[in-house]
Amino acid sequence: MLSGIIDCLSQNRNFLYVPATREDEALGIAVGAYMGGKKPAVLMQNSGLGNSIDALTSLVLLYEFPILLIISWRGYDENDFIEHSLMGKYMQNFLETMKIPMIVLSKTELSKQIADAGRKMRELKTTVALVLRKGVVE
Amino acid sequence: MRRHDAIKTVANCFKEGYIIGCNGLISRELFDLGDSARNFYVLGSMGLPTAIGLGLSLARPDKRIVVITGDGNQLMSLGTLATIGKVSPKNFVEVVLDNECYETTGGQETSSSSTNFSDLARISGFRYSAYVDSLDRLSSELARSLKTKGPILIHAKIDKDRTCPTRTEINPRKVKERFMKAVAAN
Repeated sequence: MLSGIIDCLSQNRNFLYVPATREDEALGIAVGAYMGGKKPAVLMQNSGLGNSIDALTSLVLLYEFPILLIISWRGYDENDFIEHSLMGKYMQNFLETMKIPMIVLSKTELSKQIADAGRKMRELKTTVALVLRKGVVE
Repeated sequence: MRRHDAIKTVANCFKEGYIIGCNGLISRELFDLGDSARNFYVLGSMGLPTAIGLGLSLARPDKRIVVITGDGNQLMSLGTLATIGKVSPKNFVEVVLDNECYETTGGQETSSSSTNFSDLARISGFRYSAYVDSLDRLSSELARSLKTKGPILIHAKIDKDRTCPTRTEINPRKVKERFMKAVAAN
């Protein structure tokens, strides 16, 4: 789900793409980049949300860093591998509990939804999660 | 070598730079030694100070960035050394203060007595790394780091030290805002 976006970002010189070893590390890098004046986004599968809870609560949300999260929704339905099934069910609750606004992307409203996310981050000074299901982007 | 003296030496050497202090006693000590808008105190997110320093180094290659972290903190994120080796920021310096324990939470043992952070950095792709066990050696390696291309890691063995500086009582959002102002200003 994210491979097309990653290919695009890593080949475009207007973006600095950093391959992190873990999702929470990526959040740390994004926080540093933000403090240096960049507008960072972190891409992860929702399995990585589990790895990121402390980074989100004790760094990103605590200090109010508006970082864009792009999360692929593994385990959205029963057509995915079993190891993704529980996080597939719980992801929304985790995000809601942390009060992270979540926008489930749809093919027809993509640009409006992304603009909304940008506005939310600027106005609320908060992190926003764009959630990506299979087939929404190539 | 005492933690207090080691941090003071790093702060004095990097007056023109920007310091990321790791959570726990290291940030508290850094704060006690002299609060500055150029210091970013990481209050939580153990394991991430190195990644934060990396992100800042990449965004601002014109600034000198130093991360002061501990052995327990760095052991939580050895993978970040590989990321740093890969993207290789020239302005990145990391000082690992290694007392072989989690001093902040009561001195429980870490596994660093058998870990050579300097070697780990080198084989992960850092341009320069060193091991020091005295204040004099730390000073000379820091002075050298100002003239050498990064990424650089200095592994500094320090004493166990239960003296506990006061907790950094600054609002996290304010720490962020003034640090960002300081980064943008110069």
